[in-house]
Amino acid sequence: MALLEIENLTVEFDTVDGRFRALDGVSYSVDPGEVLAVVGESGSGKSVAMLAVMGLLANNGHLWADKLEFEGYDLLTMSAKKRREIIGKDISMIFQEPIASLNPCFTVGAQIDETLKEHTKMSRGERKTRAIELLDSVGMPESAKALKKYPHQMSGGQCQRVMIAMAIACKPKLLIADEPTTALDVTIQKQILDLLLDLQHESGMGLIMITHDMAVVAETADRVVVQYKGKKMEEADVLSLFESPKNPYTKALLSALPENATGDRLPTVSDFHLGDEGAA
Amino acid sequence: MADDIILEARNLVREYRTKEGIFGKEHVNRALKGISFSLERGKTLAVVGESGCGKSTLARILTLIDPATSGELLIEGNPIDISKEKLSKDMRSKVQIVFQNPYGSLNPRQRVGDVLTEPLMINTTMSPAERRDKAMEMLVKVGLGPEHFNRYPHMFSGGQRQRIAIGRALVLNPSLLILDEPVSALDLSVQAQILNLLADLQDEFNLTYLFISHDLSVVRYIADKVMVMYFGEVVEYGTRDEVFGNPQHEYTQTLFNATPQADIAHIKARLAASN
Amino acid sequence: MADVTQNSGPDTRFELIVNFWRHFRTNKGAVAGLIFFLTLVVIALGAAFIAPHSPIEQYRDALLLPPAWQEGGSWSYVLGTDAVGRDLLSRLIYGSQFSLFIGVVVVSVALVVGVCLGLVAGTFGGWVDTIIMRVMDIILAFPSLLLALVLVAILGPSLLNAMIAIAIVQQPYYVRLTRASVMSEMSREYVMAARVSGVGTLRLMFVTVLPNCMAPLIVQAALSFSTAILDAAALGFLGMGAQPPQPEWGTMLAESREFILRAPWVVTFPGVAILSTVLAINLIGDGLRDALDPKLKRS
Ligand SMILES: Nc1ncnc2c1ncn2[C@@H]1O[C@H](COP(=O)(O)OP(=O)(O)OP(=O)(O)O)[C@@H](O)[C@H]1O
Ligand SMILES: Nc1ncnc2c1ncn2[C@@H]1O[C@H](COP(=O)(O)OP(=O)(O)OP(=O)(O)O)[C@@H](O)[C@H]1O
Ligand SMILES: [Mg+2]
Ligand SMILES: [Mg+2]
Repeated sequence: MALLEIENLTVEFDTVDGRFRALDGVSYSVDPGEVLAVVGESGSGKSVAMLAVMGLLANNGHLWADKLEFEGYDLLTMSAKKRREIIGKDISMIFQEPIASLNPCFTVGAQIDETLKEHTKMSRGERKTRAIELLDSVGMPESAKALKKYPHQMSGGQCQRVMIAMAIACKPKLLIADEPTTALDVTIQKQILDLLLDLQHESGMGLIMITHDMAVVAETADRVVVQYKGKKMEEADVLSLFESPKNPYTKALLSALPENATGDRLPTVSDFHLGDEGAA
Repeated sequence: MADDIILEARNLVREYRTKEGIFGKEHVNRALKGISFSLERGKTLAVVGESGCGKSTLARILTLIDPATSGELLIEGNPIDISKEKLSKDMRSKVQIVFQNPYGSLNPRQRVGDVLTEPLMINTTMSPAERRDKAMEMLVKVGLGPEHFNRYPHMFSGGQRQRIAIGRALVLNPSLLILDEPVSALDLSVQAQILNLLADLQDEFNLTYLFISHDLSVVRYIADKVMVMYFGEVVEYGTRDEVFGNPQHEYTQTLFNATPQADIAHIKARLAASN
Repeated sequence: MADVTQNSGPDTRFELIVNFWRHFRTNKGAVAGLIFFLTLVVIALGAAFIAPHSPIEQYRDALLLPPAWQEGGSWSYVLGTDAVGRDLLSRLIYGSQFSLFIGVVVVSVALVVGVCLGLVAGTFGGWVDTIIMRVMDIILAFPSLLLALVLVAILGPSLLNAMIAIAIVQQPYYVRLTRASVMSEMSREYVMAARVSGVGTLRLMFVTVLPNCMAPLIVQAALSFSTAILDAAALGFLGMGAQPPQPEWGTMLAESREFILRAPWVVTFPGVAILSTVLAINLIGDGLRDALDPKLKRS
C-alpha cells in the first residue's frame, strides 16, 4: 500500500483579484522506502501541495481532492485530534525558510526539546542526550554548545540543520523536505542527503524531496515529478527522465544547468519559447 | 598596478562573544582567523566554503556593517575602521550587498520605488524627482519596468525580487558588490537569468564582485579567482583554473568529490549500487 | 515564465484597507462587535444631545424608580432612577464617555511606552534588554488588579491615577510582543540591507522595523482596550477609580450595591453595559487577529 496517495489535488487561494488556482489536479503517490523528487520552477505549487497534505494551508486556501490518504487514513475527513497525532510525528516536514521557521526568542535546545516533549515520552535527561545526538547527526559542530545558542547567533546553514534535526527527531514515516539543502555547502549537503537516505533505508521512511537542484535529484531520487504552473508535466523514474525527457519544460530545466552552458550565456527557460501550449 | 586593487583585507579576525544568562561565563567564537586577500577592479572573486565557516561574517565586515575584531581593511587604498570613526556617505556607497534569500531581503511594507530611492535619500543630496528618475532607470536596467515602481514586494516572484535587490545595491553606483549566495534560493532557469544579468552589469559598470556560493558549477561559470575557506581560514586561493584544475588542500578535494552530479552515468552507478 | 508577476495584489494604501476589510467582513461576530462599538462611540460623542436628563441631577421625587415597562415605572426615566433619584439612562450614556476615554488613554499610554521600550530592548539587546525585561517580569509577577490597587493607593484615588496605574500594569504585554517581533525582524535580511545603505538606528527602529511588527500590536491594543475598561470599572467599584458623582459604570455599580435585592435594575444596567462593551471589543479583537494574519498576506 502506498504511504501517501494524492489524487487530483486542486488548491485555490482567495486573493484580492478573485480566485487564484495554485495547484491544478495533481496526483502522485509515495511508497514506504521510496524517494520521490518534486521539481519545478518557483511558484509552480510544490510547497502548496505539501502544505495541503500537512493541513497547513493559509486560511484563504481551499482544496479539493479525489483522494488524499496517508497509510489508508483519509486526511480530508480525519478528525482534528487524529490529525494532530499524525502530523509532526508520522509525517514531518522540513520547511523552506529555515530562519523564519525558528522562533527567535528561544534557544535552539529549547525548541528541539519542545518537539521531543510533544511527541515522545522521554525524560528530561534523555531528551537532552537525544538533542545532542540529533545535532551531531546533521553535522553541527560543537553540538552541546549549539543547544544554548539563539537562531540569530547561527549561520544560515546551521539554522537549516537545526530544522532538519527537529524534523527527524521523532523518526517519521514520511518526511517532506522542502528545499532542505539550499543554504548548505556541498559537503554538508552530501552529509544531510546521506543521512536522509540512511534513515529511509533503515526505517523504510518515505521521502518527498522538493528541490530545484537537478543534481540533487540525480543523486537521491527514485522517481521524479515535474511540475509547471500548478500542473504535473511529467512523472518518470530518474534514469529515464535524465536520459529522455519527454516534456519541453523538463528539457529546458535540464539545459539550464550551469555545467551545460554553451558559450558565455546560460540558456533560460524563456529561450525555449515555452508557451502554455508547449507545456501542456 | 596598485590602483587596480579595489579592496584589500589584511589578517582580518572576527570574534563573537556570547554569554549564557547574566552571570554565565563568556564564550569566544573565532569566526574568522586572519583572512587576507585582495580584489581587482572588474573581476569576480568567488568564496566557497563549508556552512558556518565565516563567509557571511566576512561579507558583513566587507560591507562595513560589523567591525572586524582585528586586522586591516583598505578600500581603494584608504584604511577603514568603523569601530573608530563614523563612515562617510561616500564610503558607505562604495560597497553594497545582495543577500541569499529573495523573500527576506525586501521590506514587506516598502514599495519597490521606496526600496530603490531610500538609499539615495540617505546618501545623496538629490531632489525627489532626480531620485525617482534614477530609480526608474535602475529598474529598467535590472529587467523590470516602470509599471513595477509602485508595487509591494509580495507581488513579485523570487527571481524578480532578486532583481530588485540587485537594483537597490547598484543604485548608489558602488564599485564593489558582495553577493552572498544570490542564486541558491532560485530555481535553475531564474538562476540562469540572474547570472546573465550579473555578467551584463559587470561589463557595463566595470563592477567588482565578491561572490559567495556553495554551488561549484556556478562558481566555475562566474569566477575569475576562487578562495576556499575552512573553519575561518583561507585554505586555497588562486585563479579559477588553478583551483579547479589542481586543488591543493584536502578540504577542496573533499568539496569537489561531494559535488552532486547530474550526468546519466552517475545515476546508473548509484542505482546499481543500491540494488 | 517565472518572471511574470504571479498575481497582482493591492497597489495603494486604499486598496490595502479594502483588502483588510474583505477579510474582516467574513467574521460575523467581529462585524457585530464593530457595529456595537461604533454605536457606542456615537452615543458617547453625542451624549449631551441624546441623554434625556443631566447625569448628576437628583430628582428627589423619583427615588429608585423601576424601569418604564415595570409596575410603577415612568417613561420620563426609561431605565429607572437610582437611590438619589438620578436618571439611570442618562448616567449610562454619559458613562460611555468615561469608558471610551479610559480605554483610549490607557491603550495609547501603554502602547506608546510599551512599544518604545520593546523596540529599545529588541534593537540593542545585551544588558539594556536584560534590565527592561526583568522589570517587566516583575510587573507581570503581581496580579494585575492588585498592583493597580497598590499604585492607586500610593497616587491617591482618582480617575486619572487609575488610568495611569492600569497603563503601567498593561504595558509589559506590549513590551514583550514588540521585543519578540523586533528580534525576529532584526535578523531578517532586509534590515541588514537597510543598514548597508546607511539607514541610521532611529530610522531603522521606527521606519523599517516597527511597521512590520504592527499586526500583533493592533490585536493586543483591541484586547487591552476591553481589559482597561474592565479594570477601571473594578477600581471604580472598589472606590479607587472615578469618584462619585461621576457616572462611571464601575462606580455606579459600587454605589448601588446595597440595593441589589430591592432594586435590581440599578445594578443590572451598568453591569450589562460593561459586559456588552467588553464583549464587543473582544469580538473585534478576534476579527482583527484573523484579518491581520500575515499568512493571508502572502500571495
Ligand atoms: N496564501 C496564499 N495566498 C495566495 N496565493 C498563494 C498563497 N500561498 C501560495 N500562493 C501562490 O501559490 C503559488 C504556488 O506557490 P508555492 O509556494 O507552492 O510555490 P513553489 O513551487 O513552492 O515555489 P518555490 O520554489 O519558490 O518555493 C504561487 O504563485 C504563490 O504566489
Ligand atoms: N551573532 C553571532 N553570535 C555568535 N556567533 C555567531 C554569530 N553570527 C555567526 N556566528 C557564528 O560564526 C560562525 C560563522 O557564521 P557565518 O554566518 O559567517 O557562516 P557562513 O559561512 O555564512 O555559513 P552559511 O554558509 O551556513 O551561511 C558560525 O559558527 C556561527 O555560529
Ligand atoms: Mg516552495
Ligand atoms: Mg551565510
